[in-house]
Amino acid sequence: MSLVANETLDAKGLACPMPIVKTKKAIKNLDPGHVIEVQATDKGSTADIKAWSESTGHQYLGTVEDGEVLKHYIRKASEEETSEEKKHENVLDLDGLRSKLDGEENISILDVREPAEYAFGHIPGAVNIPLGELEERFNELNQDGDIHVICRTGNRSDLAAQKLSEKGYKNVKNVVPGMSDWQGPTEKSN
Amino acid sequence: MSVKTITTNEIANKIVNNKETTILDVRNTDEFDDWKIEGGNVHVINEPYFNLLDGIEDVEDKLGKDQEIIVICAKGGSSQMVAEMFDEAGFTDVYSLEGGMKAWSEHLEPTKIADLNGDGSLYQFVRLGKGCLSYFIESDGEAAIVDTNRMIDIYEKFAEEKGVQIKHLIDTHLHADHISGGRSLAEKVDGTYNLPPKDATEVTFDYTPLEEGNDIVVGNTTVKVQPIYSPGHTIGSTSLIIDDQYLLTGDILFVESIGRPDLAGKAEDWVGDLRNTLYNCYKELSNDLIVLPAHFSFSSELGEGGQVSARLGDLYEKNSGLQVDDEEEFRSMVTDNLPPQPNAYEEIRKTNMGKVTPDNEEQREMEIGPNRCAVHG
Repeated sequence: MSLVANETLDAKGLACPMPIVKTKKAIKNLDPGHVIEVQATDKGSTADIKAWSESTGHQYLGTVEDGEVLKHYIRKASEEETSEEKKHENVLDLDGLRSKLDGEENISILDVREPAEYAFGHIPGAVNIPLGELEERFNELNQDGDIHVICRTGNRSDLAAQKLSEKGYKNVKNVVPGMSDWQGPTEKSN
Repeated sequence: MSVKTITTNEIANKIVNNKETTILDVRNTDEFDDWKIEGGNVHVINEPYFNLLDGIEDVEDKLGKDQEIIVICAKGGSSQMVAEMFDEAGFTDVYSLEGGMKAWSEHLEPTKIADLNGDGSLYQFVRLGKGCLSYFIESDGEAAIVDTNRMIDIYEKFAEEKGVQIKHLIDTHLHADHISGGRSLAEKVDGTYNLPPKDATEVTFDYTPLEEGNDIVVGNTTVKVQPIYSPGHTIGSTSLIIDDQYLLTGDILFVESIGRPDLAGKAEDWVGDLRNTLYNCYKELSNDLIVLPAHFSFSSELGEGGQVSARLGDLYEKNSGLQVDDEEEFRSMVTDNLPPQPNAYEEIRKTNMGKVTPDNEEQREMEIGPNRCAVHG
């Protein structure tokens, strides 16, 4: 199966070091925050893509095996995620979200990461609308209840929470820091 | 432009002869930490190739322009790229290892252990990359091989050079760390494949039972291979005494360690057998027997010319696995904190039982990494 990625790179049939060399080139032209799917058949590519991503600051999301083909998903590092300044004031920390979930309260969680990030691990029941699509898709959300917005580190969710407030949503909480530190249950959709 | 390459043979020679060289291993650090080339005078540096794509400045300073540098990766592609970068930067003595660690895993280095009765001789095949040891016994135009590795053409070629015919293939136990070449070579040369019956309860092929009392004779009555039942690593593990002088211990006793009891089931089940073999059964044998194990774990176990051997009496004094008088202490040593299991060990056992038949490439992948058959006291 394929997950949604912004770009796809075909590195099938290539032996090491070519999958990484090509990935490195392709990622240069990718927009920050976007996800690339790298298709490779070299079995060693999984460990190398992961280690390379870590050493370069890109985010390795995971690998899906599709027959002989390994599909690696990497999200290009983006500067906005390192900014500390958050504008949306109504925030909730992870413990707060956890106790709401454990209390079996029926709460809505909006995950604004890219679909591939979401696919490799999200909170059960969370709805995925990537930040970039929120403008067109916000009306999929219910106006009345609380909305808990989450991303990886709290910055994209901050932007999303601001946007929803502008659109008239009243009870929007930014969950901080985000999935990067989430210890609770997750599920995968691939 | 092409860069100079080096073969596994040449590296093996450097290691067994204690030559000084520097290896730049460009695999990712996890793989490097798991398994690397080691040896007396080999200096090893790890820098993953993907950190060098923009330039070699970070490692360049650690190395001299005229120093011998061997670049190594998993299969030989990345090492070639990195070696070319060094070459362009003005380094004069840089090589890329052909076939990388995959080829290194398959390299066998034959070394003569001794002359046997009559005109016979005993060779040890050292698989430096994986730490596996197999034995080639030849006498009077015939040969037997013990714990044959998967790369059977190497033994065939060796037999041809010596002008002997391979008659018997013997496995001291059902291996979990490497794929045995015993069965396929037996089929090819129409020889016998000898396996301990207690390790063979699930095998899908015919074999000759390796049992006490059924001595195997190599050549014209000259060389006697005497099986000794010695369970512990597996339930069937059987040692062999050759010519009343050499004790092939399989995976029961190594030079600096002892066999682990958990690879074919639960450690607790066989720890009693293991102790009995090491502390009672072997003790009744002559202290002057030369122990020839099926593995080594450390390059410190490699002796002159790359040989791995030791006198049994000396091991009773030095090997830490043989110094534990307290039974409980022994039990916890071989059942607690066991090292990670060998790569793909369950699949390897199934392959050796004939239950699955992976293709050649899959078999090579399964054998990647060290043998990990020992516990270190």
